[in-house]
Amino acid sequence: MLTYVIRRILATIPVMAIVALFVFSLLYIAPGDPAAVIAGDQATPADVERIRASLGLDRPFLVRFGEWVWQILNGNLGTSIFTNLPVAAMIAQRIEPTLSLMAVTLVFAVSIAVPVGVIAAWKADTLVDRAIMLFAVLGFSVPVFVVGYLLAFVFALQLDWLPVQGYTPLSEGLWPWFENLILPAVALGCVYIALIARITRAAMLEVLQQDYIRTARAKGIGEAGILFIHALKNAAVPIVTVIGIGIALLIGGAVVTETVFAIPGIGRLTVDAILRRDYPVIQGIVLLFSFVYVLVNLLIDLVYVVLDPRIRY
Amino acid sequence: MNPPPTATALAPDPITTTAEAVTAAPDLPDILPPVKPRHGLVGFMRRHPAVAVGGALVLTMLLIALLAPWLGTVDPTALAPARRTREPSAAFWFGTDMLGRDIYSRVLYGTRVSLTVGFSVAILASLAGLAIGLVSGYIRWADGFIMRVMDGLMSIPPILLAVALMALTRGSVGNVITAITIAEIPRVSRLVRGVVLSLREQPYVDAAVAAGTRTPMIILRHILPNTLAPMTVQATYVCASAMIVEAILSFIGAGTPPTVPSWGNIMAEGRALWQVKPYIVFFPSVFLSVTVLAVNLLGDGLRDALDPQLAKRL
Repeated sequence: MLTYVIRRILATIPVMAIVALFVFSLLYIAPGDPAAVIAGDQATPADVERIRASLGLDRPFLVRFGEWVWQILNGNLGTSIFTNLPVAAMIAQRIEPTLSLMAVTLVFAVSIAVPVGVIAAWKADTLVDRAIMLFAVLGFSVPVFVVGYLLAFVFALQLDWLPVQGYTPLSEGLWPWFENLILPAVALGCVYIALIARITRAAMLEVLQQDYIRTARAKGIGEAGILFIHALKNAAVPIVTVIGIGIALLIGGAVVTETVFAIPGIGRLTVDAILRRDYPVIQGIVLLFSFVYVLVNLLIDLVYVVLDPRIRY
Repeated sequence: MNPPPTATALAPDPITTTAEAVTAAPDLPDILPPVKPRHGLVGFMRRHPAVAVGGALVLTMLLIALLAPWLGTVDPTALAPARRTREPSAAFWFGTDMLGRDIYSRVLYGTRVSLTVGFSVAILASLAGLAIGLVSGYIRWADGFIMRVMDGLMSIPPILLAVALMALTRGSVGNVITAITIAEIPRVSRLVRGVVLSLREQPYVDAAVAAGTRTPMIILRHILPNTLAPMTVQATYVCASAMIVEAILSFIGAGTPPTVPSWGNIMAEGRALWQVKPYIVFFPSVFLSVTVLAVNLLGDGLRDALDPQLAKRL
């Protein structure tokens, strides 16, 4: 077990290194010469060369990559070209809304998708199953911003039940915070629900055919007990895997959802950074989210050991 | 195939016997004619309605894209400040935007952008993924390295990867296609590699190796044809995903340039006004959703038809 954990942790190092190399290359090949920008219009080529040398921009690619990695390991993600603030500080300022949105979406989506997928498998090939799977295809097909506008139009503009846009920090109370997140979380959750429900159904279908389920029925255990305790436990590994993989959908979708609902989070920071071509900020965000994604999936791989004691690599 | 009906099978149920049932029985032939499945395209469509519905919708969108200039549209980029933000009416079916451009024309021309991006990315990512997957799955020493690189690329959320690539270049349809293709390649490669890994254990591949067939020929003649069915299914999903990512990129300002009428651009322009003029956002949304749904239906149908094993798993 310990060897599995250690090997799994070590296996993430090359993946992270490739992500880092890729993200660094982005900045390396980004158009615009920082030295020329700093030197200004009046500078001679010699001045530009001197500034380039003083910034260390004339050194080889790998040396600069190594130094950049060292900086990141020390928590320094670089400085924004536009605001001159450290990227890490800018991200820290905007992280709360994004984390809130993703957390609420995650809880909401999983608590809807898993039961729905279980019911679809239980009622396999009936009208209920067909309807659920049709909704899953719809969830995959209707883009997050379309769902977002639709929800905001119906529940905020027409019915006036929930706020249209904006974000209230958690420090100002639980309900104001939650109220603003309901519509964005539902919009963002649609694809995620579709994905998890589909995998849950597939995994459950396989498990429900096994002998021990028949044994459980013969023992007189209720359907709910069989489905949610006996079967779901053994279908857990693929479901948990897809919850982890789907985090990528949440991260990408959060950028769009925040734009639709005017939530001042990382997504908005990304959109602003794109408009201003603020490469260090874009780079920092991509790097941070990729690492979070890798770490979440590492954690999930470690959870397997708990879920399925047979896993021993 | 059909067993001849036995006496017990044809004997009328004593409880439910009615006059009609008794008189009808002698007309039954001794041996029921076998049910002939309809062959050809019609039969295929009947057995796979998802393919028929999805295919018909995709075809409709394709026709709209091709015939956009003849479907009552005007120049989609023509500015007319005098008639800004007109509600939908007989003259402007989908209304006009804040620069007075006709949204009906823009949405119809937008079909071209969306389909071009979707189809191009599906084809390019499939070809690249096929090449990488074949090499990785069949040439063992290359596998470790290639798959680590793919793992690395896959751990960057696709939309962020496309955003990061788009930030480096000017917004153009070609660059959008390139960026989304790069983001999609790892998934296709992984799928092909998985298929190849199971195929290379097949006895007929062993037989080909024993017969002294060269590796490139084995890959080309024995492995490649068997990857095509799952690849086709995957390509439709890549197409659907590419159309959504293109719209998202354009919507957040990292996609096609504002001069190109794409659905994402129309929605981006309608964003500021959506509370008062929701129709600007509404029409491109409907077209985008219907098109993506059509491609997904087509993909699900093809999956059930071409890849029954995968169909069982999903």
